[in-house]
Amino acid sequence: MKILIGIPAYNEEKLISQVVRSLPKKLKGIEDIDILVVDDGSTDKTIQKAKEAGAKVLRHILNRGLGGALKTILSYAKKKQYDILVTFDADGQHSPLDIPKMIEPIIKDGEDVVIGSRWKASKHIPFSRVVINKLANIITFLLFSIWTTDSQSGLRAFGKKAIKNIELQSDGMEVSSEFFREIYRNKLNFQEVPVVVKYTYYSRAKGQSLTNAPNILFHLLIRLLR
Amino acid sequence: MPITLTQIFLFSFLLFALTRVILRLKSGELSLFGFIFWSGIFGLAMVVVLFPGITSNVAKILGIGRGADVIVYISVSLLFYLVFRLYIFIEDIRHDITELIQKLALRDINENKKSKSKQK
Repeated sequence: MKILIGIPAYNEEKLISQVVRSLPKKLKGIEDIDILVVDDGSTDKTIQKAKEAGAKVLRHILNRGLGGALKTILSYAKKKQYDILVTFDADGQHSPLDIPKMIEPIIKDGEDVVIGSRWKASKHIPFSRVVINKLANIITFLLFSIWTTDSQSGLRAFGKKAIKNIELQSDGMEVSSEFFREIYRNKLNFQEVPVVVKYTYYSRAKGQSLTNAPNILFHLLIRLLR
Repeated sequence: MPITLTQIFLFSFLLFALTRVILRLKSGELSLFGFIFWSGIFGLAMVVVLFPGITSNVAKILGIGRGADVIVYISVSLLFYLVFRLYIFIEDIRHDITELIQKLALRDINENKKSKSKQK
């Protein structure tokens, strides 16, 4: 089995090499582990740092947003026929120790998608994040009929069927909710696994903000209505 | 009550909009939810056009004194439709740009591989 750990990155020179180096070199039941950083038009040294840390790097010549970068990761995984794809944030908020837990349901139980949920493991979550996530979960349920405890999670794992069938359309942050539409549309099995999320000033500045929420909702609605 | 020219014009326009919605559903570009939403909006507008008295009743309930101002209504519905079309158009272009950027990114890795194998 071969696995791809995909990291969408935009201006992440401060932490990208640390994040890439922290990823596991060996995983139970996995022969090949590849790390792919998709640089989404960064203007800093993200590419250089990621390459130095040993990752494969694909470069977007223009910034297209989180959705754009995730689409490229998925296309690469599909093209290179990986058995498992894990998406991992570049801002250092995820723990590499959670990766074995994320892929286990795919290998053992044959799940198609595994979502890392911070609500089952993390203790100190900032209030603004609680509000954003609860709202996003409700919207995800109303739009895509799937209940999740963490619709905005960046730590996800996909099996071969999911890699093959998921077709993303959104370019921006609304892509996180779009994964659930694809789970619903393709009738994929999914499971949530508790994961730890570290909130730092850096990761909070990089993530979603409440002011961004109306924009995300608007884009999701437009996608539905078009 | 005789039907006025304005009513015929508005009704035809809304009927046209409704056919676009049905065609988009048939071509798979519009989801079922989208179809229900848009056909509901245009269907309701058609009822209002045929029975303008309804708007006066609604205006009374809402406490709005003035009745329907035809020109404003036509303009607003037209603009609404056009802005929607325009927004979709822009979204499609953004989508196409992303696809191009993605193809370029994936091509890079293929070319890197080719040049590496040539070096060998």
